[in-house]
Amino acid sequence: MNGTILADGLSKHFSRHRRAGLLRRWRTTVRAVDGITFRVEPGEMVGYIGPNGAGKSTTVKMLTGILFPSGGTARVAGLDPARQRVALARRIGVVFGQRRQLWWDLPLGTSFELLRHVYRVPEPRFRANLATFVELLELGPFLDTPVRQLSLGQVMRGELTAALLHDPEVVFLDEPTIGLDVESKARALDFLSALNRERGTTVMMTTHDVADLERMCPRMLIIDSGRLIFDGPVADIKRFGVERTLVVDLEAPRPALWVEGVDDVRVDGRRQWLQFRRDQVSAPDLIARVASAAAVVDLTVEETPIEEIIRRIYREGMEGLTA
Amino acid sequence: MTYRTSTVLLTIGAALATFMDFLMIAAIMGHLPTLDGWSLPEVGLLYGIAGVAFGITDMCVGNLDLLPRQIRDGTFDVVLVRPVGSLFQVLAMEFGVRRVGKVLQSGAVLAISLTRLHVAWTGPKVAMLAVAPVTASLIFGSVWVIAISQVFWTVDTGEVANSFTYGGSFLTSYPISIFSGWLRDLLAFVIPMAFVSYYPALFILGRPDPLGLPAFTPLLTPLVALAMLGVAGLIWRTGVRHYRGTGS
Amino acid sequence: MRVYWELARVGYLRQTAYWGATCAGVFTNTVWGFMISFVQLALFAAHTRVAGYDATDALTYVWVSQGMLMTVYIWGGWVEIAQRIRTGDIATDFHRPVDFQGYWLAQDIGRALYHAIFRGIPPVLVASLVFHLRFPTSPLTWLVFAVSLLLAVCISFALRFLVNLSAFWILDHRGVASIASFAWPFLAGMYGIPLAYLPEPIYRVVSVLPFASMGQAPLSVFLEKPGLVPTLALQAVWVVALLALGRVVLARAERRLVVQGG
Repeated sequence: MNGTILADGLSKHFSRHRRAGLLRRWRTTVRAVDGITFRVEPGEMVGYIGPNGAGKSTTVKMLTGILFPSGGTARVAGLDPARQRVALARRIGVVFGQRRQLWWDLPLGTSFELLRHVYRVPEPRFRANLATFVELLELGPFLDTPVRQLSLGQVMRGELTAALLHDPEVVFLDEPTIGLDVESKARALDFLSALNRERGTTVMMTTHDVADLERMCPRMLIIDSGRLIFDGPVADIKRFGVERTLVVDLEAPRPALWVEGVDDVRVDGRRQWLQFRRDQVSAPDLIARVASAAAVVDLTVEETPIEEIIRRIYREGMEGLTA
Repeated sequence: MTYRTSTVLLTIGAALATFMDFLMIAAIMGHLPTLDGWSLPEVGLLYGIAGVAFGITDMCVGNLDLLPRQIRDGTFDVVLVRPVGSLFQVLAMEFGVRRVGKVLQSGAVLAISLTRLHVAWTGPKVAMLAVAPVTASLIFGSVWVIAISQVFWTVDTGEVANSFTYGGSFLTSYPISIFSGWLRDLLAFVIPMAFVSYYPALFILGRPDPLGLPAFTPLLTPLVALAMLGVAGLIWRTGVRHYRGTGS
Repeated sequence: MRVYWELARVGYLRQTAYWGATCAGVFTNTVWGFMISFVQLALFAAHTRVAGYDATDALTYVWVSQGMLMTVYIWGGWVEIAQRIRTGDIATDFHRPVDFQGYWLAQDIGRALYHAIFRGIPPVLVASLVFHLRFPTSPLTWLVFAVSLLLAVCISFALRFLVNLSAFWILDHRGVASIASFAWPFLAGMYGIPLAYLPEPIYRVVSVLPFASMGQAPLSVFLEKPGLVPTLALQAVWVVALLALGRVVLARAERRLVVQGG
């Protein structure tokens, strides 16, 4: 069992043609991924996070054999994804958040059967796996339903199963939780955690939602504009991600609500943004204080977006993290 | 339930539509005893071989028309993540039963034409008749793969490819000799459409080639088909390589 | 009245987004045009006149019909309305203060104009460099041709409209569309073969069908064939009859929608 993921100076450059005027064309090089190096040991669970367009999907495509790298090397499960695509495909599972592996018109169960043949999974192993996943992800009720009639949450559970039926050593997930409701998200992520614990499957998941990773990945890689700017424990990031914002819509405009626990306030008519630190005051407490101070019509709690965390990292540098 | 009815209707509709091709030939031949020296049953022979072959090809390989959309949607990536050859996956995605209509309709025309023709049947001729739809199908299939592979490089919707594939079906229904000059040489030999139905038919009918090629030319048909397969595989692989290099 | 003009503009503009497909389509039309031309030439190697056409007529027929293909859009494959019926979006269409049939007809005319210019002209232009074609000399003919083309588009629309409305009653309209429309291009004479080539008795029947008025009719006008007034009159009759039928069916559909609650 060799579930290692290695990237060494991995790069991907795209040539893009831009039109300037009617006939002239500029050739620009987009460095989607620019010299990324990291090593994931077998059985690790790693989050790969970055803003949109940072190069997350491109990295995964290079690691799974879909794209040839422009520079550097990649090794997954000991194989070169670019040259040994088919051999590697047997040993990895991939879940795309926005593309379907399952056959759209066929019942879910039929898709699974087809995949058994595609991956040449021995019958007993396949049955055992299927039974396990069907139970864990509660797929039973809709095994006979065509995939196109399923809800997004159900499809995602199906996709997870599809990626794991052949006992891959490494699983890649590319934004798997996009569009999912809170409950479905939790279920999917918990399932992955259990899988990693019990079978030692290496998991690498990309996302732009920090909360996903805090939930399940002990280790996090942050990518921004093609470069790796952080590689370490999630706990370190929590330091940067403690701030939250309570957004309240009031019945009538009021002066800033500087209640206890609020660090900073922004006011715009009836709406106020109240910044607070969650390690110093809990959201329910703050809400209660605000509600007793003013008539609240609606409210939301916003997390620190990854963009903000990245900005902090740039400002305070990586040294600040190892303190 | 209704899905099945609709499939049946679509199949019938498709079959009837393909019949229009033959009506066109009949309408023209109605004014002619022969078309460039080919009588109606003889043209029917051409049409029949080409039609059966094209129908088979369409059933097996017609899914290639989905490739442009797969590339646009990113679904082709899913193909690349599986431990099976990419071309096979695209072809196997769906078996176009719908298109069987063309096979049946052309088969009927072929059968009827054969009854009207006075062929001095020999062993080799029968063999040629049996083999021709197969080799023709391979040639059509190869052309289809090559034509659709260009979407790996361009942002085409595949319509250009259609003019080669369906166009090929049209032109092999007629004797190649009606086309003239460089167009004929291009269509018949560079893209070897002449080996789809024309040369096999010449062999079966025992006619000399008005284009002046040696008498054994029809026997080259299987070689041409295999060569085309090789070229098609090569171009497809190059196309996938390009896709994996540039991410399209 | 203004709103229909705007809708036609929309119909036109929607097509401009697909200029890549238009280029590919022009290529396709040109390739087919050449192939069919050779078939016609083989025919005229044996005769000087067939069914009242000479070689130049026939070649012109081939190329102008190729140019007209997308303009008149003679296939049953247009399912925009049917799709909206399937998704239920059709309900909002009925709430608009615009006549439902007029709404779609105006857009189709806009679309047809785009195709007439960008899919119609290039192949004919290319062909005129290679073959000898016959273009009308009198400006009046061109004008009448434009009118005839417009009528053809309306007939085509009316037929497609009816096929789409079947989605109100039939769950899967694609099968029905396939059966209903398989013969349209052929019966319209749009396969590059003039309907006049068909045997006389068949021709007589086929020429009064609405399909002939979609394709053969404008082509006859272009080639300045005799019988101009009856041709146009028949086109007008079909336009009125089919659009009226469309409205009748539409009324029944609306009633069904209201009763069923969408």
